[in-house]
Amino acid sequence: MSQPIPVANPAVNQHPDTPKFNIDTVEHATGTPDTELPWAELGLKDNEYRRVVEILGRRPTAAELAMYSVMWSEHCSYKSSKNHLRQFGDKVTDEMKEHLLVGIGENAGVVDIGDGWAVTFKVESHNHPSFVEPYQGAATGVGGIVRDIISMGARPVAVMDPLRFGAIDHPDTARLVHGIVSGIGGYGNSLGLPNIGGEVVFDSVYQGNPLVNALAVGVLRHEDIRLANASGVGNRVVLFGARTGGDGIGGASVLASESFDAGKPSKRPAVQVGDPFVEKVLIECCLELFKASVVEGIQDLGAAGISCATSELASNGDGGMHVELTKVLLRDPTLTPGEILMSESQERMMAVVTPENVGAFEAILDKWAVEYSWLGEVTDTGRLIIEWDGETIVDVDPRTVAHDGPVYDRPFHRPEWLDGIQADGFSGSIQDAARPEGAPALRAAVLELMASPNMCSKDWITSQYDRYVQGNTALAMPDDAGVIRVDEETGLGVALSTDANGRYSYLDPYEGARLALAEAYRNVATSGAKPLAVTDCLNFGSPEDPEVMWQFAESVRGLSDACRELGVPVTGGNVSLYNQTGGVPVHPTPVVGVLGVFDDVARRTPSGWVEDGQAIYLLGTTADELDGSEWANLRGHLGGRPPKADLDRERRLAEILINASRDGMVDSAHDLSEGGLAAALVESALRFNVGARVGLDEVCARDGIDAFTLLFSESQARAVVAVPRSEEIRFTDMCTARAFPAIRIGVVDADAVSLDIQRHFTVPLDELRGAHEGTLPAYFG
Amino acid sequence: MTETPLIGAAPTFSTGSRADAAQGLSGARIGVITFPGTLDDRDAARAVRIAGGTAVALWHADPELAGVDAVIIPGGFSYGDYLRAGALSRFAPLMERIIQAANARTATARLPVLGICNGFQILTESHLLPGSMIKNDHLKFACLDAKLRVENNATAWTTDYLPGQEITVPLKNQDGQYIADEKTLDALEAEGLVTFRYVGGNPNGSRREIAGISNAAGNIVGLMPHPEHAVESGYGPDAASGRSAGTDGLGFFTSILNTLVGGTK
Repeated sequence: MSQPIPVANPAVNQHPDTPKFNIDTVEHATGTPDTELPWAELGLKDNEYRRVVEILGRRPTAAELAMYSVMWSEHCSYKSSKNHLRQFGDKVTDEMKEHLLVGIGENAGVVDIGDGWAVTFKVESHNHPSFVEPYQGAATGVGGIVRDIISMGARPVAVMDPLRFGAIDHPDTARLVHGIVSGIGGYGNSLGLPNIGGEVVFDSVYQGNPLVNALAVGVLRHEDIRLANASGVGNRVVLFGARTGGDGIGGASVLASESFDAGKPSKRPAVQVGDPFVEKVLIECCLELFKASVVEGIQDLGAAGISCATSELASNGDGGMHVELTKVLLRDPTLTPGEILMSESQERMMAVVTPENVGAFEAILDKWAVEYSWLGEVTDTGRLIIEWDGETIVDVDPRTVAHDGPVYDRPFHRPEWLDGIQADGFSGSIQDAARPEGAPALRAAVLELMASPNMCSKDWITSQYDRYVQGNTALAMPDDAGVIRVDEETGLGVALSTDANGRYSYLDPYEGARLALAEAYRNVATSGAKPLAVTDCLNFGSPEDPEVMWQFAESVRGLSDACRELGVPVTGGNVSLYNQTGGVPVHPTPVVGVLGVFDDVARRTPSGWVEDGQAIYLLGTTADELDGSEWANLRGHLGGRPPKADLDRERRLAEILINASRDGMVDSAHDLSEGGLAAALVESALRFNVGARVGLDEVCARDGIDAFTLLFSESQARAVVAVPRSEEIRFTDMCTARAFPAIRIGVVDADAVSLDIQRHFTVPLDELRGAHEGTLPAYFG
Repeated sequence: MTETPLIGAAPTFSTGSRADAAQGLSGARIGVITFPGTLDDRDAARAVRIAGGTAVALWHADPELAGVDAVIIPGGFSYGDYLRAGALSRFAPLMERIIQAANARTATARLPVLGICNGFQILTESHLLPGSMIKNDHLKFACLDAKLRVENNATAWTTDYLPGQEITVPLKNQDGQYIADEKTLDALEAEGLVTFRYVGGNPNGSRREIAGISNAAGNIVGLMPHPEHAVESGYGPDAASGRSAGTDGLGFFTSILNTLVGGTK
C-alpha cells in the first residue's frame, strides 16, 4: 500500500524551493491506482466511493474526491430524501402552477404576485453549525439564504427565523439562545433586512441539537429573474466577493450530514465565519450587475463552495467548464486544491459573463470595491476540467457530481412504540389528575400557560432584530404573519408565516405536517392575505434509522397531500437530516412557510384589540383536543393523537378572513393554535393593552365541552375577530352563507384594562403582562 | 413604483410616494449619502419625498455635493463599523466636502446636515458634533419605539416641533450609548444644544438621557433614533392615532424644507 494523499490537512512540502504541494493530478491518479484515499473521513460510504471509481474509470484525484464527497453528501444531494420529495412535484396541479414562475430545483422558487412583480422566498436550516458555534452558525444561516435570494435576481426585503432550543432551564440553553439570537441580529440587522417573524420553541428534545432555520424573501420584476447556468461557449467564469479561506471545510458533508456524537472531537473548524458588511456590499453590487445586464448566470457559493458552483453551473448550462484553480483569491495561501474546492467561506458568488461585458462587469465590481478573479470559461466538452497551475486535477462529467449522486431508497417502518403513545391520551392520564376546575384554578392556569417558555412573550428576542429598516414593514411579530409592502404606489404586498409543531408530528407525522401547513396558511389568511405558495424546511433525525425515515416519509406525504388540498404548491426548501445526539432524534419538525399576497397591505388585519365596544367573535368549533397541546406539555404529558386537520374548513375560514379584511368587516383577528383560546384572548388584549369581557357559556353549550377545554384545547380552523358594530350583520351573514360556525363571545372593553372571563374570573392586564413578559428576561437577562 | 432603485446607481431617488408633495417646496434638494454598508438611505429619501422635497442620492466617493441644499447621513453599518462606528466613513471624499460646507464661515452658507444613528456616529467621528457612542449598556441590539422630548426647536431640522413636545420615533442600534466628558455635557446643557432627550426610560445608558444634539449654529443635528421610520402612517410606530400610524418623525423633514424656503439658519 502506498502513501495516503493528504486532502484536508496539508502539512507537506511548504519550503519555497520545493513544489508547493504534492499535487495529485489526473495523470498521477491514473498511474497510481492503488493509492488509498481518505474517502471515509470525508463522509463517503464504501459503495459511494466504488461508484466514483466506476464513473471515472480510475481512482479519483484528491481534488475530485473532495468534490464528490461534498456534493454527494446528504446535505447537497438529498440522497435519502429525493425519492420522497418527488411527491411535491407529482401532486402539483396545473391550477396550482398558475402563479409559479420558477419551481423546485433552482436556488429559490419564484411566485407571480401581479402587476409584473414577483417574489422569491425560501427557508433553510443551519442547525449543526449553530450548535457548534452559535453566533457564527446562526449568522451564516441568514447569509446563506439571503445569497440564494440574490442569485435569483431579487432584492432581499425581509427575513424570518424559526428557532427551537432545548429546555429553557438547561445550563447550555442560555449559551445557545444568546449566541444564536445575537448572530441572527448581528448579520440580518447589518444587511438592512427587517426581521418580521418566526417561532421560538423550547423542548428538551432539541437539547443537543437546536433547530435554527432561516427564511428570506426577495422581490423582483418578472423580467429580472436570473437562473444559475453556464451557457454560451467562450463565456467567462468569475468568482467574486470574499476571499476563500479555511473555514467551513466539509461543512456540508462532515457537519450537516452526520449525527453528533459525544465521543468525537469538536467540529468547530467546519463552521463558517461570516462578515455581513461584505454581504451587504455584495447585495448592492449584484443588483447593479443585474440591472446593467452584464451577467448571464449567477450562483451563490454556499454548501460545498466552489465544488457546487462549478459543477451546478456547468451541468445546468452547456455542459462544460474549464477552470484554473490557482486564480482563486485566498485568505490562506496554504490551502490545498481539495480544500479550496470544499471551503464554505461566506459572501462569495460565481457568475458567467460574456467576453464583451467583462469591462462593464469589472467597473461595477471596482465601484463597490468587491474583489474578483476570472477563473476560466464555459466549454461544450461536457467535462468540468479544473487545473492547478496548468496541470489537470479534476476531469469529470459535471452531471455526475451535481445531479447523478447516489439515491437511496432507505428502509422505513412505523415505530412499534407509536401505538402505545397514541393510545395514551391526555384526558384521564395521571398528568391530567389535577385538571383546573373552578374560577381560581382556571385563572391560575391561564397565567401559568402564558408565562410558560413556549407561550411567553418573545419580545426579549424579537427586540434584538430590526423590524423597521426599508420602511415597508406593515406587520411584524407578535402579529400572526409578517407583512411587507412591495409596491409603494399601489400597496401591493406579501404576508409570510412559518409554523411547525414537533409534538404533533411526533404523535402522528402525517397529520403533523398537514397541521403545520394548516397553521401557516391560517396565519397568512388571518392577516388578510391570500395564500399562494409554500416553502419548507424538513428537520429530522437520521435517515439511517428506519423509524425516523418513516416519520420523514409520512411527513412528506402529509405535506404534499395538504398542499394539493389547499391548492398551494411547494416552490423550494431544504431537508435537514441527522438532527440527533446520542442516538435520540429530535421530534420530526417540518417547518412550513406560507407566502400570501395582498392587493393593498393597507387593509391588513393586526392581531390586537383597539376599538372599545367592538364585538368579539369566535370562528370555528372546539372539541376535546388536548393531546400534544401546550397545556399537556406543561403537565409533562405527550401522547394521544394531535388535533384533526380539516383543510376544507381551513380554506373556508381563510376565505372569510380574507373577505372580511378586504371589505373592512374586522379590525383585528388572531388565529387559534398553540395555547388555544386562552392564548388568543390574552395576546389580543396585551397587544395594545385593551381589555375585553368574554362569555364562554354559549360555545360550551354548542360544542358540548367545559370551560377548561374551551380555553386550552387546540382544535384547528379557529380564529377570534373583532367586528365593528356597524359591520356585525354583514359579517355574520357572510359566515352563515359559508356555513361557518361563528358565535359572539364578547366585547372589547377599552376602559377595563382587564380580561374578564365572565362567570369565571377576571385578570388585570398588568398581571397578565407581568407573567407573559417576565419569563425570557428571567432566564436570559 | 415601477422599479427597485439601485442605491448609488440612480442619480435621484425618483420613485413616487403616495403622499402629495407639498406645493412650493419640491425645489429644495436634500442629499442622502450612501456609504458601503449604509442601510437606511432609501428610507431617508422616502421621508424627504413625503415631506415634499426632492431627494438626491449621493455616493460616498463623489468629489462634489451636486449642489444640494442640505445633507442627510442615514443609518446603517458603514464600512461594517470596522474599527469604530463611523471611524472610516469620516474619511470618505464626500465627508471632507460636507465638513467644509457645514463649517462655512457665514451663517447663510452653512450646509444643514442631519446625522441619523450611524450618521450621528459619523458626525461625532468627524468632530462636527462632540461626544461619542459606545455599546448599549445592556450590550444587546435594541429595536424599540423611543419616546423623545424636543429640548431645542431652534435648529434647522427641528423648527416644526414645539419646545417640550414629546414624539415617538423608532430606535434601533447596538452602539447607541451617548457619552462625553462632564465638561462637554455641561457645556451642551448650558448652551441649549441638547436637542432631544429620552423620556420614560433610558434605553441604552446615554449620558443625561441624551438622544440627539446640535452644534451651536444649529445647522448640524445628530440623533440615534430614526425619524425617517416615523413618516408614513401604516409603517411607523404605534401611536394614539392608530396602529403603526406614528408620523412624529416627519417634522425633521418639513422643518428643513421650511428652513430652506424661509432662509433661516
